[in-house]
Amino acid sequence: MKKIEYTEIEGKSLAYWGLLGGLGLIMLVGLLAVWHMEHEGHYVTGMTNQIVWGMPHVFAVFLIVAASGALNVASIASVFKKEEYEPLARLSGLLAIALLAGGLVVLLLDLGRPDRLIVAMTYYNFKSIFAWNIILYTGFFAIVGIYIWFMMDHSMYRFKKQAGFAAFVWRLILTTGTGSIFGFLVARSAYDAAMMAPMFITMSFSFGLAIFILVLLASYHWTGRELGDEIVARLRNLLGVFVAAVLYFVAVYHLTNLYITEHHGVEKFILMEGGQYTKVFWIGQIILGGLLPLALIYAPAVRNSRKTLTLICALVILGGLATMYTIIIGGQAYPLEIFPGYEVSSNFFDGVVNNYTPSPYEIALGIGGVAVSLVIVAFVIKVLPFLPTSLADKQSN
Amino acid sequence: MSDPVNHSRRRFLEKSAAVGAVTIAPGILLHQVASAKPDEQAVSSTVRWGMLINTTKCEQGCTDCIDACNTEHGLVGNNRPESDTQYIRKVTLRDKQTGHELSLPLMCQHCETAPCVDVCPTGASFKRKDGIALVDKHICIGCRYCMMACPFKARSFVHEEVRNQTLSAPRGKGTVESCTMCVHRVDKDQIPACVEACGKGKHEAMVFGDLNDPNSEISKELEKHGGKQIRADLQLNTGVRYQGI
Repeated sequence: MKKIEYTEIEGKSLAYWGLLGGLGLIMLVGLLAVWHMEHEGHYVTGMTNQIVWGMPHVFAVFLIVAASGALNVASIASVFKKEEYEPLARLSGLLAIALLAGGLVVLLLDLGRPDRLIVAMTYYNFKSIFAWNIILYTGFFAIVGIYIWFMMDHSMYRFKKQAGFAAFVWRLILTTGTGSIFGFLVARSAYDAAMMAPMFITMSFSFGLAIFILVLLASYHWTGRELGDEIVARLRNLLGVFVAAVLYFVAVYHLTNLYITEHHGVEKFILMEGGQYTKVFWIGQIILGGLLPLALIYAPAVRNSRKTLTLICALVILGGLATMYTIIIGGQAYPLEIFPGYEVSSNFFDGVVNNYTPSPYEIALGIGGVAVSLVIVAFVIKVLPFLPTSLADKQSN
Repeated sequence: MSDPVNHSRRRFLEKSAAVGAVTIAPGILLHQVASAKPDEQAVSSTVRWGMLINTTKCEQGCTDCIDACNTEHGLVGNNRPESDTQYIRKVTLRDKQTGHELSLPLMCQHCETAPCVDVCPTGASFKRKDGIALVDKHICIGCRYCMMACPFKARSFVHEEVRNQTLSAPRGKGTVESCTMCVHRVDKDQIPACVEACGKGKHEAMVFGDLNDPNSEISKELEKHGGKQIRADLQLNTGVRYQGI
């Protein structure tokens, strides 16, 4: 294999600074939203004592899940020895770190007491999956950071394979941890399934790769570097496999629940009678986020269209957010079964479907997190050689 | 004309009182040591505080327990029912099969294996050895994972600035809170405010006591007439039991 040449992007154009400025502005709006939420209290958001996790969690969990998936390309190169992916490994690692940072910023700034970050870092209840996640996230930064260092430093390059393997194992554990946040909630009908963990891993493959392809297409298009059809076609086919795998897991999850009588209520809610949640599930998650991208990926007429691929990735990302919305908000909207067999009523919204309307503050915070991730990528590829100078077909072979 | 003082009778009464005092005093003191725990003494697992609620005595529409709880903890609403704190609420149940209706107060069930304690990342949700589940408001980061995990929706997040705080029940914006089983009263050998109010209202639907003491009123009543746990299928061994459900 030919030696790959990596160079920093020039980053002097008006468009580049415009991009950074735009993202900075989005981050600023997000910060203002946080200031308002924290100053006034969470009552200004759509979150309540019934829907305790809202839009910030939809964005945060999506970004965290996608982060581990973004590392996939690097893992395919180092762990599964597919040399074609090798030139993309650095960007894959960088994107993984950036997405995780963005997700964690959102999660942290939504806390009731974000000023107590130091408490979260120093007090651990080791029975808590959340506490494991704090360790897993910190470890992910460290391990992927070392992996990138070994990839970029010639004196350490010989350890790259081991670092890549460690990062691969760590990311699988990390997404298991993220899925288990929901999988281990025994009292909530929508969540008590261990299958959440493998389902989240599959989702991470799909969402992470979609974001990776978008970032790759954009950065090569905007910098005028060559990006060969062959590598793009490979990534596109891989995305197809992942999107199909997610659909498979979602189908099995719901079929299992449909067999269990105590879960009939929540299934009927999500699949048929849940109003906005049913629409988000069928239209957002299944059709726009699953079936349509799958059809476009394998449609011969648009096989080599970069514009279609951009649309496919955008749809997968939209579907990912819809998936998180269905799982996180839909799962809470369905009333808790505190007294099975009884019709329940109270002035604390027992027995009724809980209302949730996302506030602009929450959405601003979530999008602000996405901006954080993109700013990190845009900045780092300017100062460090992350992108191969050319990914023309002959080069990637 | 006044009665002549009978000195020998007075001396007898004085001595009797002194002897009586000497005899009874240690008993009183011992009793105080045994029940009202001094501040420096650690909580012991020999006690498991619990509550028994007889739903057949609980009157629909009565909110004595809720009012007492709100006063005791300084809970005032902001006219935002979806985000206002509630430690205890009245729930009306209607049997889907028979149509039978009943009303009961629902609050933190003080589970032995509490899901809120398991999931809390910092350990802010914790259990005292005597079975009372609490939130340490100094290390609660406001992540609300405990609220996701609680099977009884017993916890509230403080959504806005608190006012009307009481000295014995501190609260904090951005942290999670729930029924404390009036731990500040229990430690002073008093019963929780809700139980006291229910008794004052002559309903007497609530009994508070030590589940580990076979001679306590609650244990005797449970032994005689039984009591059910809500979501017993989760095997959480709740500290609050119900009759009539």
